[in-house]
Amino acid sequence: MRNPLSKKIVDIQPSGIRKFFDVANEMEDAISLGVGEPDFDTPWRIREEGIFSLEKGKTFYTSNAGLQDLRNEICRYLERKIGVSYDSKNETLVTVGGSEAIDIGLRCMLDPGDEVLIPQPSYVSYLPCTLMADGVPVVIPLQYKNEFKLTVEDLEKYTTTKTKVLVMPFPNNPTGSIMTGEDLAPVAEFVKEHDLYVISDEIYSELTYKGEHVSIASLPGMRERTIVINGFSKGFAMTGWRLGYCCGPENIIEQMTKLHQYAIMCAPTTSQYAAVEGLRNCEDEVQEMRRSYNERRRFLMSEFKRMGLECFEPYGAFYVFPSIKEFGMTSEEFATKLLQEEKVAIVPGTAFGECGEGFLRISYAYSIEDLKEALGRVERFIQRLRAEKQ
Amino acid sequence: MNDKKEALRLEILKDIEKNSRVDLGELAIRIGVEEVDVANEMAEMEKEKIICGYHTLIDWDRAGVEMVTALIEVRVTPQRDRGFDRIAERIYNYPEVYAVYLISGSYDLLVTLEGRTLKEVSRFVSEKLSPIDEVLSTATHFILKKYKDHGTIMVPRKESERMLVTP
Repeated sequence: MRNPLSKKIVDIQPSGIRKFFDVANEMEDAISLGVGEPDFDTPWRIREEGIFSLEKGKTFYTSNAGLQDLRNEICRYLERKIGVSYDSKNETLVTVGGSEAIDIGLRCMLDPGDEVLIPQPSYVSYLPCTLMADGVPVVIPLQYKNEFKLTVEDLEKYTTTKTKVLVMPFPNNPTGSIMTGEDLAPVAEFVKEHDLYVISDEIYSELTYKGEHVSIASLPGMRERTIVINGFSKGFAMTGWRLGYCCGPENIIEQMTKLHQYAIMCAPTTSQYAAVEGLRNCEDEVQEMRRSYNERRRFLMSEFKRMGLECFEPYGAFYVFPSIKEFGMTSEEFATKLLQEEKVAIVPGTAFGECGEGFLRISYAYSIEDLKEALGRVERFIQRLRAEKQ
Repeated sequence: MNDKKEALRLEILKDIEKNSRVDLGELAIRIGVEEVDVANEMAEMEKEKIICGYHTLIDWDRAGVEMVTALIEVRVTPQRDRGFDRIAERIYNYPEVYAVYLISGSYDLLVTLEGRTLKEVSRFVSEKLSPIDEVLSTATHFILKKYKDHGTIMVPRKESERMLVTP
């Protein structure tokens, strides 16, 4: 019998910490600081709208690019939030989560051998999606000393004549790092100078805690070379609804819509109706969640300071990324030992790229009470490690 | 009042509305200010009667205490010069009266009453409330079950179904 598998797919490395994830998820009565999704339920008015759409029998496909009502609302929302206007007919595509947009965006832009700059630590899918699109992933290791922001010096080191796309994963999962307008300006200049395109994954855009989120697409000359990817999972607490979107130049969105049409048909109809309500009437709920995350973020930072755990102050998403280098263990060793001894699940920084070594991703998508309980255990654990070392 | 002070007050109020027992030091950390600022602001707001008390939301049912709560719609004739205030005062001074609201619509005052038994409540209505000259009529509704009170859902909620770790 012939091998049924494609060499390209088999060669893609499974996530190195898959094993850790499996062990952690199987662990009975463990508590966790390891979740990459909001702890809030989807705001009720959004859920109710989804239910209502089902009651009305809205159970059919929508147009490939998504409900026109939803696309209109998305464009109004982006205009309001990032100050960039897109045409809701030709420059907007509703996808199955932001993840799908990452995948088909890369597929649409890459020819074999084209290089994609992927700053890391960052979300796990950019690299395999680049490989599936026959591109060449080029990892840019971000620096702790720069608070894991992307700088022009980083770009200069890794850009070649083959570089075509830069992935911008900010606000960042797992570091919580954000890029301000000031940080973005030189990057945008570099991108234009080298004629690159940007895939800007802004899924955490609602969750920034120092000024408002700035999209690189809003900088002069960048709209025509940027695909903005966003969605409802994080800001609207809608992970399970699988709904995202992308906006960008018509020629790219047109091709993405074609791929989306063949692979997916359309994003879930129920989710689309629900999301319309989210964009129209849930600003208060979203801001309340953001306020709550911000309180937890401050609380965590203060606790780490008290414990003497080194950590830069992150202003985005719902993660902090403390350093554990003082303990002389790898991130995975630390996380495994912590899980075994104190039953706290934390994601090792290496889950998000090799340069995450020496760091942990701690999620604050938990109530203050849960955070306290978990941090109490972490503190006990590191005190023990420090005592052993002496 | 400057914007910063107003913003701080709002932050404090939003938090203590849900948990008045929060540790002030922790609250200050969460808001991102000094503890003394929180304490001062709270003391001021107590003095200004913005903060009217620190009550506890109790599920008396679970505590096993027999208690009935009634909502009583009251229609009254307003008095010259004093409107509804004087009548409301006559009602709210009774300690068993839990709340009195002036209401728009088909009746005037909504009175919430807590008593140990139905009889106790009906006695209050017939002996205290109805005989007031200005009271035209009353309609008493007994609460059978509290699903949500003071913004808190009282029925048991599901456990979180999130996985322990996700990227």
